[in-house]
Amino acid sequence: MAASDFTASLTPPIPATTSAPRSAISELLHDKAAAIGLAFILLIVFLALFAPLVAPYDPAAQSIMARLKPPVWMARGTWEHLLGTDNLGRDVLSRIIWGARATLTIGAVTCLLAATLGTVVGLWAGFIGGRTDSVLMRLVDIQVSFPGILLILLVVAVLGPGVWTLVAVLSVTNWMVYARLVRGIVSSTRQTPYVEAAEVIGCRPARVIFRHILPNIVSPLLTLAILEFTNIVLAEAAVSFLGFGVQPPATSWGLDVASGRDYLFIAWWLVTFPGLAIVVTVLSINLFANWLRVTTDPEEREKRFARAETAKRRRARRRVGA
Amino acid sequence: MTMPLLEIDNLHVCFDTRAGTVQALRGVSLSVAPGETLGIVGESGSGKSVTAQAVMGLIDVPGRISGGEILWQGQPLAGVDVTRAARGIWGREITMIFQNPMTSLNPLMTIGAQIAEVVELHMGFDRRAARQRAAELLSAVGIAGAERRLGQYPHEFSGGMRQRVMIAMGIACEPKLLIADEPTTALDVTIQAQILELLAELQEKMGLAIVLITHDLGIVAGLCHRVAVMYAGQIVETGPVDAIFENPSHPYTQGLIRSTPGLDADEERLTAIDGAPPGLLRPPSGCAFLPRCPIGDEGCRAPQRLRAVGSGTVACRKAGEQAWREAV
Repeated sequence: MAASDFTASLTPPIPATTSAPRSAISELLHDKAAAIGLAFILLIVFLALFAPLVAPYDPAAQSIMARLKPPVWMARGTWEHLLGTDNLGRDVLSRIIWGARATLTIGAVTCLLAATLGTVVGLWAGFIGGRTDSVLMRLVDIQVSFPGILLILLVVAVLGPGVWTLVAVLSVTNWMVYARLVRGIVSSTRQTPYVEAAEVIGCRPARVIFRHILPNIVSPLLTLAILEFTNIVLAEAAVSFLGFGVQPPATSWGLDVASGRDYLFIAWWLVTFPGLAIVVTVLSINLFANWLRVTTDPEEREKRFARAETAKRRRARRRVGA
Repeated sequence: MTMPLLEIDNLHVCFDTRAGTVQALRGVSLSVAPGETLGIVGESGSGKSVTAQAVMGLIDVPGRISGGEILWQGQPLAGVDVTRAARGIWGREITMIFQNPMTSLNPLMTIGAQIAEVVELHMGFDRRAARQRAAELLSAVGIAGAERRLGQYPHEFSGGMRQRVMIAMGIACEPKLLIADEPTTALDVTIQAQILELLAELQEKMGLAIVLITHDLGIVAGLCHRVAVMYAGQIVETGPVDAIFENPSHPYTQGLIRSTPGLDADEERLTAIDGAPPGLLRPPSGCAFLPRCPIGDEGCRAPQRLRAVGSGTVACRKAGEQAWREAV
C-alpha cells in the first residue's frame, strides 16, 4: 500500500477551527464573570495609567472649607466631590484613582518578584533533591520563622521609606510560600513516568524542567499569586499605616484605608471606597485568573466547553417545555 | 423466553468537544441473559469501554448519553431521575473490574480492609463478619494464605494477584452481572490464562453473567458464549461464538479473524485490514467500514441495520460473502 494513501486514510477531515486568538476571545465572552473581571482589570489599569487626565482633582490638594463632605447621593453631598472628601478636604475619588498607581505597582511587582524568586528556589530544590533540597528548604524555614514585619521595619529604617524599598522588602518576606509550593509539586512530578521518559530519551535537565515540569506548576502558582496579591496590598497598607511605606503626599489604597480609620464613625466613606477598590480589584483578578487556569489546562478546557453545551441544551429544552 | 438481565436499546453517547460533537456510540443495542458470557470485541475507539461505562453510570463530562435506554431486569438504569435507585444496583448487582489493577486499589489501605469495605457497604455485614467474608473471597479467587494476605498492602501483591483481588471485590456481593473491561490486558499470558480460568470457574459456581470487553479474539473464543463485534460506535455483528469464528458474516469480522496471527503459520508479515476507522466527529451515514471493505460498493452508502442472518445478527447487506480472497 502506498504511503500517501495510508496517511490520507489516517487523517479524517477535521472541521476548520477559527484562529486561536479569536476563539479565545469568544470563549472569554461565554464566561460572563471572567469577561466582567477582565473589563474591571483593564478599567483600573487604564485609570492608574492616565490618572493625571482622569482624576478631577490633585489628590493632595487640601481645602479646609470642604472637609468631610459626604458622597453626592447623601444629604450634604455635592457634585463637586462625587465620593466626598476626607478630613483635610481632599477629593476621595481622585485619591482612589491616584492610589491605584501605587497599589497596583507594589502588588504586581512584588508578586512577580516573589513568585520568580520562590519558583527558582523551589524548582532548584525539588529537581536536584538531596542535600541541595535540605539546605534550601532550611533557608526557607529560617526565613519563615523570622517575623516579617520586624524585617520590613529594619530594612525600611535603614534604606529609608519609598515605593521601591517597599517592593524589595515585601518580595524578600513573601517568596517562601512559592518556594514550598513549587518544591512540593516538582519533587512529586519528577517521579511521574512522563518525566522519567523525557529523561530517558535524553532531554537535558533544562528542557525537562521548563518543558515538562514547569507547565504543571502554572495553575497552582497562578492561584497562589492572586491570593498573595491581596496579602501584599494589606501588608502595604499596614506598613504605610506605620509610616514606613508610601509617604504623603503620595497615596495608595492601603494608606487611605489606614488613615480613614480614625474617622470611621463620622465619615464612613473614607474607608469604604478605597476598601471597595481593593475588593473589586482582587475579585476581578480572581475571576479572570480562574478562567485563565481552566483555559491553560486542555482537559479542563474541553470539560468547560461540554458543560456549557449541556447547560445551553437544558435551557433550550426548558424553553420548548414552557 | 426468560427476561434478559441487561438490555441496551439504541444507546447513543456523544462527547461535546470544541472541535465538534464526537459520536462515540451510535445506536448500540444488546442484551445479556442470566449466566451468559458476552464478549464485546472491537479495536480502540470502537465504543466497547464507553458502552460499559454507560451501563455503570460512569459517563461524565464531556460525555453524555444522548439517546436510548439501558434496562436492568426491565427497570431503567440511566437518566438523571433514576440515579438514586440505580445506586443500589451498581456495585451490588452489577460490578465492574478494570483494565489496570495497579491503580484501582488504594495504596494506603490493606487488601482486607478494601474487600471488607465492599461487603460492609452493600451487605450490611459487621466488621468481624466482613473480615471473615474477605478471607473466603480471597481463597475463592485462588490466593493462598488468605488470613495473612488480608493484612498486606497492594504494593506487596503482583499484577496478577491484584487483578485477583479486584475480582474478589467484584464478586463480593454475589452480583448477577460482572463487567470486565479488558481484565487481562496489563498481565502476561500465563497469568492471563489463570485469570480467565478463574472467571469461567466463578461463573459456573455462582451463575454469574459476564460481559467481557477485549480486543483479543483468543480470549473471546476461550471464554464467551456469545460475541458482539463493534466498529465505529456501532455493533456490526452478533452471534454465538462458534458460529462467528467458523463462519463470520460481516467483512470486518472476517478481517479481524483473518489478521489474528497463528502459531504455526510461517508468515513473514502480519496480515492487517488496511486503513483506519472513520473519525466519529462526522461519522458516515452508511456503513462505517465501507472505505476499508474489499467488497463494498455504492449500495453500502445507505444505513445498515442489524438483521438476523443464520444464528446471529449482521449489519451488512452483503452478509456472508467472502470479503477476502483466501479462505477465512
